[in-house]
Amino acid sequence: MKNTNEMELVFDSRSCNEGFARVTVAAFMTQLNPTLEEVSDVKTAVSEAVTNAIIHGYENEVHKIRITCAIEQKTLRIEVEDNGKGIENIKRAMEPLFTTKPELERSGMGFAFMEAFMDKIEVVSEPDKGTKVLMEKTIGKGRETWSTQSL
Amino acid sequence: MNYQIQENCLTIYLPRELDHHNAEEIRKLSDQLIERNHIKHVIFDFKETNFMDSSGIGVIMGRYKQVSLLGGEVWASHTNERMRKILLMSGVTKIMQIYEEEKCV
Repeated sequence: MKNTNEMELVFDSRSCNEGFARVTVAAFMTQLNPTLEEVSDVKTAVSEAVTNAIIHGYENEVHKIRITCAIEQKTLRIEVEDNGKGIENIKRAMEPLFTTKPELERSGMGFAFMEAFMDKIEVVSEPDKGTKVLMEKTIGKGRETWSTQSL
Repeated sequence: MNYQIQENCLTIYLPRELDHHNAEEIRKLSDQLIERNHIKHVIFDFKETNFMDSSGIGVIMGRYKQVSLLGGEVWASHTNERMRKILLMSGVTKIMQIYEEEKCV
């Protein structure tokens, strides 16, 4: 396979790992030569998905979260997976401002942010089995590569 | 968490990264401060902050709920472009004003 690269990351669902997860994904994507804004977009999306797994998937119990990243040409594919309690109504969960935990001051903007900052997002979930969030972003869209003229 | 209290106004100096992990601490401490010091207005200072996710929006919304009952207001200051983008996108700017810092002093 040409122009592909993959990595996998498994870590405990502790909130202190949220920063670790997004920084690791950000470091992995640097090979695509992204802009600062593209890196921030991906970091925010990863942070949202991991936070969801910790708070909603595992409800603050400590289990494993798995992140798989793949680069194909200019596209970064990220999967964030937990084996937690799953989502009953995915459509509802993805509505902006909808949250099942208002007492924890969740804004209900998690999926809205993931949708806004990534090109594509898909959620696969089954109650009591777990949740998998698949996201895609093409790096360098609308940016033309250029080279200096040779002397 | 660094903060400053001037009369009935609480300024919260947000950390470099505002995610679910450190949102918890800010939430707990600021709740206490607001209650004990009869705080009416809250200023979120983003000077050091270059990362925020929806947990940060939750913190702002929560403080707004608290002080708006007393007729208080919530402000954001020293926001960089990225922070303004997130604040605007989330719609939280409907309840919070953003200070436009003048650079001409």
